[in-house]
Amino acid sequence: MTITADLIVQHQLTAAEYEKIVAILGREPSYTELGIFSVMWSEHCSYKSSRLHLKKLPTRGKLVVQGPGENAGIIDIGSGYVIAFKIESHNHPSFIEPFQGAATGVGGILRDIFTMGARPIAVLDSLRFGRLDSPSTGARNRRILGGVVAGIAHYGNCFGVPTVGGECIFEPCYDGNPLVNVFALGVCRKEDVFYAKAAGVGNPVIYVGARTGRDGIHGASMASAEFTEESKQKRPNVQVGDPFLEKLLLEACLEAMRTGAIVGIQDMGAAGLTCSTCEMGSRGEVGIEIELDRVPQRETGMTPYEIMLSESQERMLLVAESGREDEVYRVFRKWGLEAVEIGTVTGDGKLRVREHGATVAEIPNRELADEAPLYDRPHTAPPEVTRRPELPTEPNVQKSLPALLAAPDLCSKLWIWQQYDYQVRTNTIAGPERADAAIVRIKETGRSVAISLDGNGRYTYLSPREGARLAVAESCRNLSTVGALPVAATNCLNFGNPERPEIMAQLVEAIEGIAEACQFFETPITGGNVSLYNETLGEGIYPTPVLGIVGLMPTAQPLGIAFRNPGRVVVLLGGPGVCDEVRFGSSQFVKEIAGDLWGLPPALDMELEKRVQAAMREVAAAGLAESAHDISDGGLAVALAECCLGPEGVGAQVDLDSDLRPEMLAFHEAPSRILLSTAQPAAVATIASAHGVPAPVVGVTMESELEIRQRGMTLGCWDLAELQAAHAGGLGKYVG
Amino acid sequence: MRFGVIVFPGSNCDHDAFYAVGQNLGQPVEYIWHDESSLGNLDAVILPGGFAYGDYLRCGAIAKFSPVMNAVKKFAAAGGLVLGVCNGFQILVEAGLLPGALVRNRGLKFICRPVTLRVETANSPFTCAAERGRRLRLPIAHGEGRYYADERTLDELEAEDRVAFRYLDNPNGSLRDIAGVLNRERNVMGMMPHPERATEPLMGSSDGLAVFQSMLRAGQAVAA
Repeated sequence: MTITADLIVQHQLTAAEYEKIVAILGREPSYTELGIFSVMWSEHCSYKSSRLHLKKLPTRGKLVVQGPGENAGIIDIGSGYVIAFKIESHNHPSFIEPFQGAATGVGGILRDIFTMGARPIAVLDSLRFGRLDSPSTGARNRRILGGVVAGIAHYGNCFGVPTVGGECIFEPCYDGNPLVNVFALGVCRKEDVFYAKAAGVGNPVIYVGARTGRDGIHGASMASAEFTEESKQKRPNVQVGDPFLEKLLLEACLEAMRTGAIVGIQDMGAAGLTCSTCEMGSRGEVGIEIELDRVPQRETGMTPYEIMLSESQERMLLVAESGREDEVYRVFRKWGLEAVEIGTVTGDGKLRVREHGATVAEIPNRELADEAPLYDRPHTAPPEVTRRPELPTEPNVQKSLPALLAAPDLCSKLWIWQQYDYQVRTNTIAGPERADAAIVRIKETGRSVAISLDGNGRYTYLSPREGARLAVAESCRNLSTVGALPVAATNCLNFGNPERPEIMAQLVEAIEGIAEACQFFETPITGGNVSLYNETLGEGIYPTPVLGIVGLMPTAQPLGIAFRNPGRVVVLLGGPGVCDEVRFGSSQFVKEIAGDLWGLPPALDMELEKRVQAAMREVAAAGLAESAHDISDGGLAVALAECCLGPEGVGAQVDLDSDLRPEMLAFHEAPSRILLSTAQPAAVATIASAHGVPAPVVGVTMESELEIRQRGMTLGCWDLAELQAAHAGGLGKYVG
Repeated sequence: MRFGVIVFPGSNCDHDAFYAVGQNLGQPVEYIWHDESSLGNLDAVILPGGFAYGDYLRCGAIAKFSPVMNAVKKFAAAGGLVLGVCNGFQILVEAGLLPGALVRNRGLKFICRPVTLRVETANSPFTCAAERGRRLRLPIAHGEGRYYADERTLDELEAEDRVAFRYLDNPNGSLRDIAGVLNRERNVMGMMPHPERATEPLMGSSDGLAVFQSMLRAGQAVAA
């Protein structure tokens, strides 16, 4: 087939990119080669718009065993064990086909983890949807929510990994572009880590797992374009997942790795066979030659183009030690899986693809995998939100609190997480909504890993830099609140079209904000994912960086959110915080009660934040707190209410000393604040003062009601049953 | 007492059952691969939770054809203790070792949450360490756990004291709140809730130990 200008455009390659391909090859590419380049150089696979800026992220730390560039980041957790973790997006497929899109999102990230030799032990999800109550799009958004949740449940539950937490936010900007970000974490012994690197000329290249079909062709390119009216036609681009097969693949791969006969291994995710062959070759500075006739296929008549670009799920590529193939085959046979030698490692650094013996593609691995175009796209300033503050004239704390607790972002997500098996593997110390972070123990080491996913699109929209820093701070705070020391991070950057300078500006500023904060909080980024072109019909999403941060702690009963006993002292670690009308514009109160958004996100003092977190960890380690909960979305009043919603039904009476107007006092979202209940307030005060952290006593826990006062005047008083009903029923209005 | 945990392709609570027995009950335990034709000299065998063969057909409908199920039937006929949990219960029902069926939850959704059970009989090797009426807090995690049988079978189960556990807060629409049943010989039990997920305080409950301790006591009584 001749390569025409049209064909190049269809492959989303620019004229300059095409010229670069011709220069690399020293000739015109074949149709198959054009396809291969187009997926490897897609935004999704090559990070061509973001790579330049991602370099600003801190990636080193004393616990980092593997930073970005592999299938997952790896952190040393001591006692000879490591954890592997990463977050990835599956936004575009989840809009087109919510169930399979989300399911294969889970499947893809799980493979990234066990490819490295680690057994997945936890999944968390960060989800964004359009409003469920929208008259025009609500029905579709509810269907997408239902499909995504069912898809995650289907895959994770069957595979046998607990889905232990996450977040779920609703905004009109995600109407045509939901976000499905999946985080997975696995564990293995330090010496058992595997890398996706080919080595040893003459070693066999082995294909295992599902057969290759026509599903998912050009998935990576689809994820690199905006949505248009025609996008629904792209349904065949979404893959279909088989979690049972993936479970077999997990067990077989881990067992095969133990034979010692495997040299390198990589899953076939985005860009399938193309990506796994050229990346493994490039990392090992070797060539790989494969014969397509040997690739197991589930359909007849597939062309080389289709086989190379298929994104059929549940497939792995591995390089075995020559002469020891049988040890590998024996394991895969035991698990009932197909394992076929499809090629060999060569010394010429090229990816050579043959069909019936004839060469159909021959491309240097390094240029294909690592020398994708790199763009310094123009960026101006992020769009400014100039609306003037307009607070409700008669603010009412009494009525607003139940309304906020019932709001989609703040209400109980039980309807979602009860569909997930959050306990399988019996390591879940704190599952969904139990504590500020999910906690999973590592049985082998006596230590636990705490995990928190955080991102706030409204904050980042108002100020990408500050919003990104706040996301890092909050994620770390969640970990510190349960007593864990934050040690490393992964990020998922969900943005609009980078070819628009103001969107590019959001991306650049957010990355720089993450870099500053991760540097400051000593949580290096060990990997992640960038998802651009999150736009439908020209409407971009809020810039939404999602941070997944992990922390380490001794295995023990968790420090939960809920008050446990009446008569305990309530301490506001970090103090009342500061806010003004401009900073109040990003709050949940303004979103839900005023129906607006303006100004700036809350102000973050990173020095104070760090001290508050250090004090909190010390309080937790000393066992001085009976409960702890950080203040975030919805502010102090919502956080207090959440503390009152535990099984023990313990409420509180608090009295706040502040000049702020009542609704701002109750609902502003200044960071660096943690509510804790304690029977030993003096000891807590000593620790707080040693860290230079204000820790006013604001009240006392009591039975069955919550009362909030300001300098003795009651702002609101609620029966806990009323708050419970509002919180529990929030999603039920919309979902069955 | 020697326990075995069967591993079907797609079992995913096999490690948890192994850990509960080995670590928290402190008894020797081994895995049994699904194509084994004999169970060796085990005293008790556990069919764990999971999604055997993906459960793409009716749950347990494929697993019942595994070679190991013939061995389990022989083992049960010889009086060996057989415990099926969740997917294991579904497989025992499909294999005809227990009566009834497990159908889609009333709410048509997978449910993972703790439930409260009442021990309905202490007259079984799976409940003898508990007393009738005792309440147990155990997690469930299933999409197809609604116990179903015709009226005659249900009457018979009750008349023969073969309902082992009932839900106090029926989560899935199980007929007569049934959460676990025994075979006529009382040496095979299936239950939807997961006792292995509640065998130490860090799991949030130790109530599930009652099931394993009962098996241990029954096994020791046989040995003595």
